[in-house]
Amino acid sequence: MKIKTIFRVAAKSIMKSRMRSLLTALGIIIGVSAVVVMVAVGDGAQLKVENQIASLGSNLIIITPGTSSAGGIRGGAGSFNKFTLEDAEKIKAEATLIKGVSPLVRSGGQVIGGSGNWFTQIQGVTEDYLDIRSWGLESGDFFTEKDIKTRAKVCVLGSEVVKNLFPNEDPVGKQIRIKNVPFKVIGVLKSKGQTSVGTSNDDIVLAPSKTVLDRLSGGRFISSIQVSAVSTEKSAAAQAELKAIMREAHNLSRGEEDDFTIKDQTDLAETATETSRVLTYLLASVAGVSLIVGGIGIMNIMLVSVTERTREIGIRLSVGARASDILIQFLTEAIVLSFSGGIIGILLSFIVAFILNNYTDQTAYIRPEIVMLAFGFAGGIGVFFGFYPARKAARLNPIDALRYE
Amino acid sequence: MNNVLIKTVNITKTYKVGEIDVPALKPVNLSIEKGEFVAIMGASGSGKSTLMNVLGCLDMPTSGEYILDGTGTGKMSKNEYAAIRNKKIGFVFQGFNLLPRTTAIENVELPLMYDRLGKANNVRKQAEAALIKVGLEGRMTHIPSQLSGGQQQRVAIARALVNQPPLILADEPTGNLDSRTSVEVFLLFQKLNEEGITIVMVTHEREFAAFAKRIVEMRDGRVIKDTVIKNRLNAEEELKKISYETSIS
Repeated sequence: MKIKTIFRVAAKSIMKSRMRSLLTALGIIIGVSAVVVMVAVGDGAQLKVENQIASLGSNLIIITPGTSSAGGIRGGAGSFNKFTLEDAEKIKAEATLIKGVSPLVRSGGQVIGGSGNWFTQIQGVTEDYLDIRSWGLESGDFFTEKDIKTRAKVCVLGSEVVKNLFPNEDPVGKQIRIKNVPFKVIGVLKSKGQTSVGTSNDDIVLAPSKTVLDRLSGGRFISSIQVSAVSTEKSAAAQAELKAIMREAHNLSRGEEDDFTIKDQTDLAETATETSRVLTYLLASVAGVSLIVGGIGIMNIMLVSVTERTREIGIRLSVGARASDILIQFLTEAIVLSFSGGIIGILLSFIVAFILNNYTDQTAYIRPEIVMLAFGFAGGIGVFFGFYPARKAARLNPIDALRYE
Repeated sequence: MNNVLIKTVNITKTYKVGEIDVPALKPVNLSIEKGEFVAIMGASGSGKSTLMNVLGCLDMPTSGEYILDGTGTGKMSKNEYAAIRNKKIGFVFQGFNLLPRTTAIENVELPLMYDRLGKANNVRKQAEAALIKVGLEGRMTHIPSQLSGGQQQRVAIARALVNQPPLILADEPTGNLDSRTSVEVFLLFQKLNEEGITIVMVTHEREFAAFAKRIVEMRDGRVIKDTVIKNRLNAEEELKKISYETSIS
């Protein structure tokens, strides 16, 4: 028989019992769409995590003060802070594998301005900071190198602060007072949303590092140095370079422990993606079980169909069909059923993904490989679970089959 | 060239029912030439159906040899059996055995679909020609449940004819039909026989056997009587008689 004829015959007998075929395929439809949607939701979650990590700043490297080691007594992290602005300036001058560097001076305080007051975090940074953190401005300008040198009393507000101090007006150009020191607002930051621990990224005021150090925090030590490497690939080399510069800056002799810690975002990213990957596998395997149950459904119906169509098999054998023709016919029916179930299932999963993406805060991302895999798996189930009933049909004796009532 | 189409040499068939052997055919020797029209008669259990199954290559004899159209069938594979059923034999059954919910023309196309050597491109035309031959040109796209018994049997005959086999085997072809439709079927058989097709049919009724040319009677798995019919009935004339009878009553 020609392949075309085989498929035509299979399609016809499927269409002859439409309702039953649909119910049979339903198992595969649900199985396939469950697998695709589950994996898509898992992938979507992973993508979300990756984006969140990327939003921390691309190729971000953070240098924090390390442990003190004085007279054999070791303090905890940050116990001995002797980071200064000079360290950051030395890095800026000497490092070759970095795009930008900014010291970070932390201070907190009451901010008064506009329609009220608000307690927030004040960070002293330099002009590179926005690039390092992949941040942008909503309006106004960021401070310049000159502002830093001149210790200008200017600041840029996070959107959360704007909401609390200037709910109905544009803060750019207005005066605010931080710890009673007047500052001029020159810009507003773009909203960045929540951090990975649930606090707001936007509840912040940025000001020039030297201004904050002199006017607000007092003292000469800074909290950390934030650096961005030229590329992700160069991140490791940049870290080695930074380490050498920092050791030199702190006059550490050979064998002496580092008094600082250098960290990039890869650890965080790995942990987060690992978690969501495990979740994806779990969901996919649960959905895979339903696909197998769907396959058993096909086998069940095919077995019933063989019994019901015993006479038809007898007629076909009597007009010259070979056992192999009967085998191929029933196998093709099973495969066509599971393949069409697979196609419908994939379409369904696209609809579900569309709904999830547009009407819920879940993200579903359907990878093409997963579609191919689910489709191939559906076909495989057709072959696997269709074979036994088909062989049963092919082994029928023509006389018995013709006499079957 | 030999003119013998069917030749059985001492064929036997024994069914095993549990531990007991049930002989259905004791040695049967039968020879049928091309162009014959043979009616096989006998009570139920006489072995006539078993003989038909063996002749139709649906079943293998337990012993003995069956030679069809000059070829011994003893050492054939199942696939060769299938090919013989496809090319050399057309079956007509008592219960019509058409595929349900399938149009007449698709039923007739069925043997062509399994014909590995035939040209598949004029399947539809060949099937149409066969249906025209049995007088069903107006019923080609009807499904069996929309056809009368006689029409269904004619579809079955068209299906048997479509591959142009030299032999038609009919197992009580009129068992489910009334007498007038039965005569119509015999008319068709007689016509086909005149065109050179050999017909072997099983029938219960002696009056229908008279449409054949030769009667083979069986009992207990043996041929007990083999006679040539002298007063052969002509189906066309019988049909006229029936029409006359119905018109005056």
